[in-house]
Amino acid sequence: MEKSLNWREFIITRAIKASGYSAVVFVLLIFFFLLREGLPTLSEVEASSLLNIRWYPIENYFGILPLITGSIIITFGAALIAVPFGIGTAVYISEIAPRWMREILKPLVELLGGLPSVVLGFLGILVVSPYLRVLLDLPTGLTAFTGSLLLGGIAVPTVVSVAEDALDSVPRAYREGAWALGATKWQTIWRVTLPAAKSGVLTAVMLGVGRAIGETMTVMMVTGNAPVMATKLGSLFSPVRTMTATIAAEMGEVANGSTHYHVLFFIGMVLFLISLIVNVIASSVVFRSKKRAERILS
Amino acid sequence: MTKFFSRNRHTVQRLGFSLITLMAVMTVLPIVGTIIYILVQGGSAISWDFITGFPHDGMRAGGILPAIIGTLYLTIGTAIFSVPLGIAAAIYLSEYAKDNQWTRLIRLAIINLAGIPSVVYGLFGLGLFVLFLQFGTSILAASLTLSIMTLPVIISTAEESLRAVPQGFRTVSISLGATRWQTIRKIVLKEALPGILTGVILGLERAAGETAPILFTGAAFFLPRLPQSPFDATMALPYHLFVISTQVPEMPIQIQYGTALVLLVFVLTMNLIATVIRSRARARRQW
Amino acid sequence: MNKILIENLSLQYSDGAESLRGINMNILKNAVTVLFGPAGGGKSTLLRCLNRLNDLTDIRTSSGRILIDGENILDPKVDVIALRRKVGMVFARPVPLPMSIRENVIYGLELAGEKRKSKLDEAVERSLKLSAIWDEVKDRLNDPAIALSGGQQQRVCLARVIALQPEIILLDEPTSGLDPISTGKVEAALLELKKEYTIILVPHSVQQAARTADHAAFFLQGELIEYDEGKTMFTAPKQKKTEDYIMGRFG
Repeated sequence: MEKSLNWREFIITRAIKASGYSAVVFVLLIFFFLLREGLPTLSEVEASSLLNIRWYPIENYFGILPLITGSIIITFGAALIAVPFGIGTAVYISEIAPRWMREILKPLVELLGGLPSVVLGFLGILVVSPYLRVLLDLPTGLTAFTGSLLLGGIAVPTVVSVAEDALDSVPRAYREGAWALGATKWQTIWRVTLPAAKSGVLTAVMLGVGRAIGETMTVMMVTGNAPVMATKLGSLFSPVRTMTATIAAEMGEVANGSTHYHVLFFIGMVLFLISLIVNVIASSVVFRSKKRAERILS
Repeated sequence: MTKFFSRNRHTVQRLGFSLITLMAVMTVLPIVGTIIYILVQGGSAISWDFITGFPHDGMRAGGILPAIIGTLYLTIGTAIFSVPLGIAAAIYLSEYAKDNQWTRLIRLAIINLAGIPSVVYGLFGLGLFVLFLQFGTSILAASLTLSIMTLPVIISTAEESLRAVPQGFRTVSISLGATRWQTIRKIVLKEALPGILTGVILGLERAAGETAPILFTGAAFFLPRLPQSPFDATMALPYHLFVISTQVPEMPIQIQYGTALVLLVFVLTMNLIATVIRSRARARRQW
Repeated sequence: MNKILIENLSLQYSDGAESLRGINMNILKNAVTVLFGPAGGGKSTLLRCLNRLNDLTDIRTSSGRILIDGENILDPKVDVIALRRKVGMVFARPVPLPMSIRENVIYGLELAGEKRKSKLDEAVERSLKLSAIWDEVKDRLNDPAIALSGGQQQRVCLARVIALQPEIILLDEPTSGLDPISTGKVEAALLELKKEYTIILVPHSVQQAARTADHAAFFLQGELIEYDEGKTMFTAPKQKKTEDYIMGRFG
C-alpha cells in the first residue's frame, strides 16, 4: 500500500510542477504566434511607411502612428481620471471610512471591476456621448474624451483594490507613532501612511494604466474610430482610434495571409511588448522595495 | 491665507476629508447609477419569451436564448481548462516552489499574462486554435483562448488562499507521518477551497463578459439553432450586445437594454455567489 | 538501556552558521530526559533531528549519527514516514487541526491506513485518557478542537501523538503558553506516560526541568555542557556554567 501511494504521489507531484511552469509556456506561445504572423509585415511593408501618419489599409497605407497616438492620448486621459479618483477612493476606504462602510464599499468597487467593458461601451454610446455632445457643444460625442472618461471608470477599480491593499498593509504602528507625536489623521495619511505604501500604490497605478492601454471594446464603441493623429490638445475632443480598436474592428474583414492581416498581428505584437515592459517595470519596483522592507524590518 | 491654514490644522483636515469623501462618492455613485439605470431601462424588455426565445427579424424582435446558452457554454468551457490547471499551478507556487530564479520567472509570466490586452488574446486564439490547430471558429477555440486569459486570475487568488492557511497545520501534519501531498489534500487544499472557489468564480465572471477574445475565435452573430458540438461557433451575450448596439440599424432600444440587463444579471449573480461563499467561509473558519 | 544514541552530531545552516557542535548523548528508555538551557542553545534543533523534521528547513547534518534502537535515522534510505510515527512531537503552541477533537486524535492513524471504526474509537479513548483529558471532552468529541481552551488543546495535541503509539515522545516547550493548572496536568500526564514511552522534553523554565527530569542535559550555544541524573543536576551541578544558569546568573 505504501508503494502504490508513493507512485501516485510521484505522478501528482510531477503534474503539479508541470502546471506551475504552464504560465511561462503560454507567454512564450503567445509571443511566438504573434511573431509568426506579425513579422512578415517587416518584409511586406517598409519600415518608413509603417511610421507614417496615414492609416488607410484599403489603399495600402499602413501608418501606425495615428493608432499609437490614439492609444496614448486615451490612456493619458484615463490615467488623469483614474489616478486621483482611484487613490482618493482607496484612501477613503482604508483610512477615513467607518468600518461598516468599508464592508459595503469594497465589494461595490470590486463589482465595478467585474462589469463587462461592452456594457460600459454600450452606455457610453447611448447615454454618455450624447450628453457630452450637448454639454460641450461638439459635433460628435464619440471622442477621445468620452473614451478617457469611461476608461478611467474601468481602470479605477483596479487602482482602488491594489492601492487599498497596499495602504491596509502599512503596519498600524506607523500611524500610531505619528498620532502619538501629535499629527492629525490627515497629516498622517499624507506624510506617513501613503509614503509607506508608495510601492504598492505605484503598482496600483501601473496596473490601472495597463488595464487602460489594453481595453478594447469600450474604446471601439465610443471613441469614434477615426485614425487621425492625436497631437493637439483639441484632439482630446475629436474622434481617435486606438491600436486595440483597430485590431478588433478590422480583423474580421481581412483576408487570411494578406498584408493587412500581418500588420494587424504586428500591432498586436507591439501591444504585447508594451504590456510586457510595463509589467516588468511594475514588478521590479515591487520586488526591489519588498527586499528593502525585508531588510529594514529584520 | 497660508498662515490661516497652517494655524488651523483641523480645518485642513476637515477640508481634506471632505474632498476625499467627495472623490469616493463620485467613484461609487456611477457604479450604483449604472446598475440601476440598466435595471430600469431594460426591465420592461424582460419576459419569459425574451429569455427563452430565439431572435427574429434580424435580431430586432424575439428572444436571446442562443446568446444566453452560448455564454453558458463558453463559461463552462473556460472553467474546464483553466480551473484544474490554475489550481495545480497555484499549489506548485504555494507548496512546492523554492525561492529562486525559476519561480520568479513563473511569477513574471503570470503577471504578464494578466496584463495582455484582451484583443491580443483574440489574435493569439485566432493564430493558434482557429488556424494552426484547425479548430475553426468554435466554442473550443474560444474557450481555450478565454481560459489562458483567465489563468492568471485563478492562479493568484488560489495561491493567496493556499498561503493563508497557517503554516503550523503543515508542520503538524508532517510530524504525524503524512506526505506533502497528503497534507495538501487533507488540510491545506480543503481549508483554502472557499477562497479558491471565490477566485475561480470571479475569474469566470470576467471571462463571461469578455468580447474581444471571442470575436475571431468563436462568436457568431446569428445562428439558426443552438450549437451542437464544441466545434460549432456560438452566439454570446457580450458579442450580441456589441453588435446590436453598433451594427444593426433600427434596433429597438428596448431590446438593447434588455440584453445589457441579462448580461449584467449573469455577471452580478456570479459576483454575489462569490461574495457569499467568501463571507460564509470566513465565519466558519476553524483558525 | 539505550533507546537513542547520538554520536558526534554536528549541524549547520545553509549559510555555514553552526547550530550544534559535536553532541554525544545516550538517552535512556522509559524516562523523562530534559534538554534545558538559554535560548539559541540548539535544543529545539536537536529535537527536530529526532523525527527528521529538519528535512523541511535549511539545516543540514555536517557530521554524526543518531541511532534509535541501533538504526541510524539520518541515513537517507530510512523511511521517514514510519520514523515520524515512531517518534511523535508536541509543539510549543497548541496547533489543533481544523477539525473535530476526535478527527484530530485519529488523524495520524487514518494516514497510517487504519479504517476500522472500533480500533479508531478505542484509540481515541485510550489516548485522551493517557493525556488526562478524557473526562473533559468525552461528551463532545465531535466539537471543533479550536473551541477548547489552550491547556485542553495542548492535551489533545498530546493525545494525537499518543494515538499512533509511538515509542518516543518529543515535547518542545509544551506548556509555555499555558496557565499553571494546565501545566500541572501536562506534567502529571508525562509522569504516567514515561512508564510506557521514552520522553524527551525541552522545558520552558528551569523549575519545570527540575520537577520533571529523570535525566537532564544542559545546552549552551550548540554545545552539550553537562548531562547527568536529574536529582544531581539541579542540586549539585558539576560545571560552573550549568550552576550559573540554574542559579539565574545569566540567561
